[in-house]
Amino acid sequence: MTAGQLSVGASSGRASSPGVAARKLGRAVLMYAVLVLLSLIFTLPLLWMVTTSLKEQGQVFQVPPVWIPDPWRWDNYPEAVRRAPLWLWLYNTATITVLATIGNVITASMVGFGFARLRFPGRDVLFILLLCTMMLPPVVTLVPKFIMFRTIGWNDTFYPLIVPAFLGTSAFNIFLVRQYYLTIPLDLDEAARIDGANNWQVWLRVLVPLSMPVLVAVAIFSFVQHWNEFLDALVFLHSEQMKTLSLGLRAFINPNDASWHITMAASMWLIVPMIVIFFIGQRHFIQGAAMSGITGR
Amino acid sequence: MSQSIIGSSAGASAVAGPAPVAAQIPRRRGMTSLARREAIDGYLFIAPWLIGFVLLTAGPMIASFVLIFVDWDLLGDPKWGGLTNLQRLTTDRLVGLSLYNTAYYTLFSVPLRLGLALAIAILLNAHVRGLAFWRTAFYLPAVVPAVANIILWVWMFSPTMGLFNMVLSTFGLPRLNWVWDPYLSKPSLILMSTWTIGNVVVIFLAGLQSVPRSLYEAAQIDGGGGWAQFRHVTLPMISPVVLFNLVMGIIFSFQVFTNAFLMTQGGPANTTLFTVLYLYQVAFEQFKVGYGSAIAWVLFLVILIFTLIQWKLADFWVYYEGKR
Repeated sequence: MTAGQLSVGASSGRASSPGVAARKLGRAVLMYAVLVLLSLIFTLPLLWMVTTSLKEQGQVFQVPPVWIPDPWRWDNYPEAVRRAPLWLWLYNTATITVLATIGNVITASMVGFGFARLRFPGRDVLFILLLCTMMLPPVVTLVPKFIMFRTIGWNDTFYPLIVPAFLGTSAFNIFLVRQYYLTIPLDLDEAARIDGANNWQVWLRVLVPLSMPVLVAVAIFSFVQHWNEFLDALVFLHSEQMKTLSLGLRAFINPNDASWHITMAASMWLIVPMIVIFFIGQRHFIQGAAMSGITGR
Repeated sequence: MSQSIIGSSAGASAVAGPAPVAAQIPRRRGMTSLARREAIDGYLFIAPWLIGFVLLTAGPMIASFVLIFVDWDLLGDPKWGGLTNLQRLTTDRLVGLSLYNTAYYTLFSVPLRLGLALAIAILLNAHVRGLAFWRTAFYLPAVVPAVANIILWVWMFSPTMGLFNMVLSTFGLPRLNWVWDPYLSKPSLILMSTWTIGNVVVIFLAGLQSVPRSLYEAAQIDGGGGWAQFRHVTLPMISPVVLFNLVMGIIFSFQVFTNAFLMTQGGPANTTLFTVLYLYQVAFEQFKVGYGSAIAWVLFLVILIFTLIQWKLADFWVYYEGKR
């Protein structure tokens, strides 16, 4: 049993006495109990949204909250599609998100490599400058940004939401990849260099394969961020056929119309793809330096 | 294993990457040329960010700085205001109060979030059944729209029929007003901030994967128990990722906005008036854009100072396996 790699049920061969076995079992039971309890708490908002999306209007704000709808109103979902062009918004959101995520992953990995592995004059100052870009609240630069993109004619296009991703504007992801690269032993680079690899080959053939867990994490973060992006979409997208899901769904929340059950049903178009992406992506958290068998030591 | 032998000898002999071409051609300034080539590659690798910074990020940042010296209500023509916005900063009691609230929130929220996220990540790094399900469950609050999370928390905090008070009264304890109580409003929002740690957990999970298994095996052979292994293997090896979460946690926490904006509007008695919430009210509700910019740049300086301190302190506790 190790701190970083708790292994429940995996026999270590040393569990010979019944006391040790009982303690192991006890620890496993405790761990599953903690997992069930914690994950139940963390799953609450989604459970509440799903059940609300299947309720009748009268049950939505009932106190204490109703967790199992009675009756089940499956018709809320077709009703949501009738009220708004959800499939078009889904298509727009997917277009922006997929392209922006590709841009984020490529630039984060590339720029992260430059800052972590190569030495050049002004590197440390430039890196602090990169961190500085995250320290000014986004609401402050919103108006100048709008004026800038309108001037170059990108108003009401997808460009302001996609192009910045290809120009490394996600300092968060660059910083994350840089920190991860710094945990990978230099010996691996040097071995590749002995074999004649240049910097680009070291990046693509050594560090990128070893950093899959963090690149998948970057992909998931960018996906969720762009899928949910509201402020930029609100400022730059205006016409009905350009809208994204998060922007369109905001219009669903109408103060004069308390049909939260329909709003929650429509919200599933927003939420379900993100859960699916995360569910698929998380498998790749367990591939990388630790699995490669190379330790550098 | 053979790789590690080659690697260590290469690491000792060459500081810069030895390119085969350079080794063949005798040259007078060998190292400088290699260093120059590395520098050129360095600029090429960071070029996407550098170009993006110059073209997209720098302009709006400079513009927001210039706005400090301007009086503008978003609609009319901007007028030169000189230093009035900076003078106003010194007399405005709410600026200091909002910075105090924000610092208080950060001081408790960041360590709590990081500790909990690390514990969950270690739990989720284990060989348990249904890992995919557990990991997804912990990530869920990070993908659910903020509005849905807040509706749920308003119910949980509710003095009359909320979840927390139901639990308290079960144990015969007095009911509390939670986020609507001046003394509990900040702790309540700090508690709420532990909800959306999905990203932090994912980053710790990725970090744990970079710890070589052989180090744990070595520690076990040396008789190191679970805590010793955590303290002397896990923690040093993931310290670069801990630094990341700490720096980003502080940067984001100082910009806390959404939960207070949607739940408390800064109340009760301004106890949850955080700096970004205040500057939002100044710039977009009172239409004093220039003064809002001035507050934003004060916050920028505060965050910068905290980050630079973190950066310097990191030399003492962050261990880089692959730093050049």
